[in-house]
Amino acid sequence: MIRKLLLGDEAIALGAVNAGLSGVYAYPGTPSTEITEFIQGNMLARQRGLHSRWCTNEKTAMEAALGMSYAGKRALVCMKHVGMNVCADAFVNSAVTGVNGGLVVLAADDPSMHSSQNEQDSRFYGKFAMIPVFEPSNQQECYDMMARAFDLSEALKLPVLMRVVTRLAHSRAAVVIGDVRDENPLCPDTGKHWVLLPAIARRQYQSLIDKQASICLAAEQAAVVDASTEKCNLGIVACGIAYNYVKECRTSHPVLKISQYPTPKDAIRKFAAHCEALLVVEDGQPFVEEQIPALLGTDYPVKGRLTGDLPRTGELTPDAVALALGKSVVGILPAAKNLAARPPQLCQGCGHRDVYAALNEVLADYPESRVFGDIGCYTLGALPPFKSIDSTVDMGASITMAKGAADAGVFPAVAVIGDSTFTHSGMTGLLDAVNENANIVVVISDNLTTGMTGGQDSAGTNKFEAICLGLGVDADHVRVVVPLPKNMPEITRIIREEIEYKGVSVIIPRRECMQTLQRKLRQKK
Amino acid sequence: MKKDIILCGVGGQGILSIATIIGQAAVDAGLYLKQAEVHGMSQRGGDVQSNLRLSDDPICSDLIPHGAADLVISMEPMEALRYVAYLNVNSWVVTSSHPFKNIPDYPDETVLMEEVHALPHVVSQDIESLAKENNSPKSANVILLGMAASHLHILTSDQLRTAIAKVFAAKGEKVVEANLMAFDLGLRLGRE
Repeated sequence: MIRKLLLGDEAIALGAVNAGLSGVYAYPGTPSTEITEFIQGNMLARQRGLHSRWCTNEKTAMEAALGMSYAGKRALVCMKHVGMNVCADAFVNSAVTGVNGGLVVLAADDPSMHSSQNEQDSRFYGKFAMIPVFEPSNQQECYDMMARAFDLSEALKLPVLMRVVTRLAHSRAAVVIGDVRDENPLCPDTGKHWVLLPAIARRQYQSLIDKQASICLAAEQAAVVDASTEKCNLGIVACGIAYNYVKECRTSHPVLKISQYPTPKDAIRKFAAHCEALLVVEDGQPFVEEQIPALLGTDYPVKGRLTGDLPRTGELTPDAVALALGKSVVGILPAAKNLAARPPQLCQGCGHRDVYAALNEVLADYPESRVFGDIGCYTLGALPPFKSIDSTVDMGASITMAKGAADAGVFPAVAVIGDSTFTHSGMTGLLDAVNENANIVVVISDNLTTGMTGGQDSAGTNKFEAICLGLGVDADHVRVVVPLPKNMPEITRIIREEIEYKGVSVIIPRRECMQTLQRKLRQKK
Repeated sequence: MKKDIILCGVGGQGILSIATIIGQAAVDAGLYLKQAEVHGMSQRGGDVQSNLRLSDDPICSDLIPHGAADLVISMEPMEALRYVAYLNVNSWVVTSSHPFKNIPDYPDETVLMEEVHALPHVVSQDIESLAKENNSPKSANVILLGMAASHLHILTSDQLRTAIAKVFAAKGEKVVEANLMAFDLGLRLGRE
């Protein structure tokens, strides 16, 4: 028996490789990044030549994986929760086309927003697309469920969604490693059901509806009741990682453990029949809790996040669950007095610092200016000492929001976007701006990597000038600078010139990320 | 036996390396282990922590409940105070006394250290200076681990030394030796 100490993410990765995976498709995003990185470094994956290069965004990843599935092979798509929004078109329609080789979509949710902009719960996407959803509670289940998810995907000819949360993705435990399965042979589908013309899509949608009974049955069979179900005053419904927090409380209440969806309605009805009330414990949004009144009637007492018995926002903790179970968790020691917040900040020597220093200097002369930011390390430019950016919404929104604001009359309207975010979702917005000759300045702060997630390859490296010119930006207004304090006079002069130019300007400050640079220097030693 | 440990400090101080060493030793010893880490944005100069749970019996939660930590190992004195809610009257705090000031409102050092030393059981040393004096500036975290070793109980110092050798093996013999020396230095300080 082989046991390995693995992060939840790594257990998912190894589970997939050992389940006969042929390719992983992903864009980096906390807390999902380590899945793809593990496969990139895995010996068997290398021997088999599995696809593991980073994709430009989650939509290209989802579609490429669907193509691999079409060809008969097993494919995995990984992303952070908000990546589901980016790939939603392909994701939802993949349930209508169905799959050929097994296709598993892994969404890593981030309740408490440790590294995110929202707390959206990916289980809603699974329900929306009407496909099976797996939710492991620990690292062993992460590993074991991967093989089951691929098998179910092929049995039902549907994609399967697996949902984890930060605390599982980024927590280590020993995992027992199972057998290794061969890859599927190349066997492209021959059916015409992949062509989603309305007439075919209607048939396929009906077929998806027809599969719901099998999907539900599989979820019912995965639901487990532990402890006796004799008559009791409170039963606990625990989903995924929440099960661990419930067990940590050493409760005597019976527990229904849910690890697969659609929500197992029969299991909940049967369980509730022995209890006078239910406490629903789930990390993320009240997905199961909201469905219960329709199952048990509105008179049946249900406690959870909606009733305030558990916090409405933020990740679950053993303390929050203990409190909901009536156990006091009062701290024994008084709270610390000499304690200040220590928010993250841009690294010393980081090129983004010089970009913000230059922007601040120039924009001090333009009090009506607005700077639209984007997703990456440079979002930290919103915090002191820079306080440079006025918005951060989603990948690519800097350029399009700057354009919309300029359309409305804001001047100067400046967008700050990183190199990887630009290729992820900024290019199409830049084309919109060019087509209308919007009066904006786009700063593509190029550090030659995807920095925030730890320095993964950036899809557009060495291509940015060509991309901007190709999209139609005037060659005189694509300006490249090296963001260093000694170049400040030149950088500020160029920013001023481009603000005064009436049209689309792109300024590309380019200097390598300090983290990747230091890593390279260490490796050279 | 169980040991619930909070490792903390500022991003880049080597918290995760300490976790890796203890994790390796725990796996070799056949213990159950769960270790929750923080990745991503907060690693950039912000506060970082890792919940490390070791036990002879299976462990449920990846997170340590309030009041349940047996040991806080902190690379920075103010960061040790961030986890007071996890302590109880029997908990030990092993911390560097060397402040890492990358924020404008860092508390007064004297008052801060008074509060740290008012905690029930505290071991503190300026490990940054010790590391420099001993020509191993990069091994401050391993000195700290050495200081904490005699409070771990569930693992022996020999088990930790073996784990250090394994974890740093890929970096060559010199790095292994430097880290073992740093560990032994910390071990002596922790016992004094």
